Amino acid sequence: MTTIATVLFNGVAYGMLLFIMSVGLSVTMGMMNFVNLAHASFSMLGGYVLVVVTQQLGLPFLISLPLAFVVAGLVSLVVERTIFRYFYGTDDLTQVLLTLGLIFMSIAIVTYFWGGTYQQIRVPSWLTGQQDVLGLTLERYRMFLVAVGAVLALVLIFGLERTRFGACVRACVDNARVARACGLNTELVFAVTFAIGGGLAGLAGALSANLLGIDPNFPLRYLVYLLIVVSVGGMGTITGTLVAALLLGVADVAGKYYAPEIGGFVIYTITVLVMLWRPHGLMGRRA
Amino acid sequence: MTDPQNSPILEARDLHMAFGGLVVFEHLNFTLGRGERHAIIGPNGAGKTTFVGLVTGLLRPTSGDVLFNGRVITHESPQQRVKAGIARTFQINSLFKALNPLASVVIALAQREGRANVSLRSVSREGKLIDEANALLVKFGLADDALTVTETLPYGKQRLLEVALAFALRPQLLLLDEPAAGLSTAQGHELFRQLAVLTADTTVLFIEHDMNLVFRYADRVSVFAAGALVVQDTPDKIRTHPRVREVYLGT
Amino acid sequence: MSTISEPATDRSTPASQYFAGLARWRVWEILFWVALVGLFFVPDANLPLYGQIVIWGLFAMSLDLLLGYRGIPSLGHAAFFGIGGYAAGYLGKFGWIEPISGLVIAALLAGVIGWLTGRLIQRVSGIALLMVTLGLNLILNDVVHRQSGLTGGDDGLQGIEVAPVLGLFRFDIFGRTAYLYALAVTFVLFLLARALVKSPFGLALLGARENPRRMIMLGAPLERDVTTVFAIAAAFAGAAGALLTQTTQFVSPTSLSFQRSADVLVILIIGGTGRLYGAFIGAFVFLILRDWLAELSPVYWYFWIGLLLVVMVAFFRKGIVPSLEALVRRVRRR
Repeated sequence: MTTIATVLFNGVAYGMLLFIMSVGLSVTMGMMNFVNLAHASFSMLGGYVLVVVTQQLGLPFLISLPLAFVVAGLVSLVVERTIFRYFYGTDDLTQVLLTLGLIFMSIAIVTYFWGGTYQQIRVPSWLTGQQDVLGLTLERYRMFLVAVGAVLALVLIFGLERTRFGACVRACVDNARVARACGLNTELVFAVTFAIGGGLAGLAGALSANLLGIDPNFPLRYLVYLLIVVSVGGMGTITGTLVAALLLGVADVAGKYYAPEIGGFVIYTITVLVMLWRPHGLMGRRA
Repeated sequence: MTDPQNSPILEARDLHMAFGGLVVFEHLNFTLGRGERHAIIGPNGAGKTTFVGLVTGLLRPTSGDVLFNGRVITHESPQQRVKAGIARTFQINSLFKALNPLASVVIALAQREGRANVSLRSVSREGKLIDEANALLVKFGLADDALTVTETLPYGKQRLLEVALAFALRPQLLLLDEPAAGLSTAQGHELFRQLAVLTADTTVLFIEHDMNLVFRYADRVSVFAAGALVVQDTPDKIRTHPRVREVYLGT
Repeated sequence: MSTISEPATDRSTPASQYFAGLARWRVWEILFWVALVGLFFVPDANLPLYGQIVIWGLFAMSLDLLLGYRGIPSLGHAAFFGIGGYAAGYLGKFGWIEPISGLVIAALLAGVIGWLTGRLIQRVSGIALLMVTLGLNLILNDVVHRQSGLTGGDDGLQGIEVAPVLGLFRFDIFGRTAYLYALAVTFVLFLLARALVKSPFGLALLGARENPRRMIMLGAPLERDVTTVFAIAAAFAGAAGALLTQTTQFVSPTSLSFQRSADVLVILIIGGTGRLYGAFIGAFVFLILRDWLAELSPVYWYFWIGLLLVVMVAFFRKGIVPSLEALVRRVRRR
């Protein structure tokens, strides 16, 4: 009983990471129909910001997190303004190839600066070790992840539903052409959304460094998970992304715990089946 | 069994069609006689294009039946209906942009003749198909453009090709969705004049907004409004029909 | 319906000349294949590398049938390369050492699995299609990784034996037999692909690539054609995988990794789609460049591959062969 609860908890913590990592990709894909595989590279960037800030500069862990968000956000804004915006409206394959090329470049750049090995990550002592909660022994770091993920999910859902900017984003996801015709500055909305999405990916990268490890191959390793979350959840929906991320997190952790010999098989099979059953995702608008 | 010569070529029985909550048709009944040159007119949103979609099978009705040559085809695939003899053109050109008209027509003919199965035989050895394609392009006045990439052709020529592709199937029933859309008045008349000659032996059902074309080239007219067939009659009667004025002028 | 087609009654019409022209062999085509044979006679030629180029070219050509001619992108094409590779490996390991029949069996197996995959994806398009092909590739890769008792895991399949080709030509350490064998098989498969794309079926594929809705309204069996071309592309990819296994007597999970699926896509895009030759030119450029860059900077060479990809997509989206064709046409018109 307690193992099931622990596995479930670990799965949820992992799912929260995947959610933060992929929610920006989901929204921008829904909005601009732009397949940005390099989103995974923004995550990696966040991880290396953490490495630099905590290890090389010796600043506290909690300061590194907002910095990861800001740096990744700024870099994605620059990339969007200088490259991506010229590729809106091209076909899926062109975008896949373009952003795959950027992933390759990001891997080489990171290797150049930090080498090809895994980075040592130290988190503050109050986040290490375990804590008894309601008869369960849970890792503090994972509890921290669940809390951060839940807060962010609430902020994002609330922000999208209740703020003016959220309304603009929803209008653009719904129909960018109409939104533009109605006098909305869609370029600005695109750019800001992209920056926030990239920033969140960076934050997730920083948060995940301790759990998943950070090395130059990070983007290729987690790209598949990102794509699965986005396509299974349905592009452009925050709740869909959350549900899919939690589902995937739990399925992956449970699969690796209970049936390590088939491992990734479970989630890949679920993905293929969902895609065949509902090509626009579980909560996709056009499903 | 009814006599196929006198029975209608196309019938819609009690068609009901809805997209989500939006009802397009309720209890639509429609009959098309063999050999007719039949126009469908009606204001935007009357369901004209939807009706063509239901006949060709690109759309499926919520309930009701479509009959072709007295046979229920409601559950047949679009491809089966094409084989049975129904062909259509689209309101917005639907062509093979990167190919030329010759290749496009050969594609259509190869489908009609069932010669597009996996094989290692070059197209150049399909002499009959190539000759027929050539003749068809001559007929439609596209011979000089046969080898020009379709997307670089002037719009009027593309419009002709749109019709030629459907015509290549030698259909019993040809559905033309606003064939003159985007053409000048003169071009529209020219197109219809050509069509009248080319399709002399075919039953033609066309949607058209230009009343001059309708009254000149149709021998029967149906008026659709708000998902119902309002009236069906000869052009002369339609011209003076009070319900038609009502539909168009809203009085 | 007659099964024997007749030649055009009038062979002088531009129409019949047009299709005859499409089917005719060009001088540069003949030169291309003669040059590949010629490489064999160049002293100290790096035949193992050229053999790899030919095999990758065949692999990319199989993807071209799918992507270039039918317009179906796949992020998981390496799955079929791997299936062919492992099938040939098992055959060689367990006593079926005759290479040609082994190659045929491997290709057929990949083709059958490709046909089943085609049945699955025949209605899917867009992002979902990319995800399904990627997902199937990852599933297979995962299975091969985990069932290490059966597949040798990361170490790959060892102890693959291959008999001399036609009982005469032993595979030598200089890769001479391997090169000619790979070239011969590739040429035969190229002839099949070339005939296929110039047949009415090939024309129907182009039609469906350009406008599926119109093809439906011409009565074309779209879904059946997708399944068919998927099976053929998979069989060709399987043959390429089998060739690599037989000529190197080794196969490992990298042969069906996502990386390999991405690489073959990159090769085809560099060379240009819908031309068949683009696949070979792309393979040549990619592998030579990779070799050169890896020597230049062993750690960071992927940066340049990435940059190449970005530049290609941004400025030469059509790829090398179509861009060259356009150039030649412009020069001629002048």
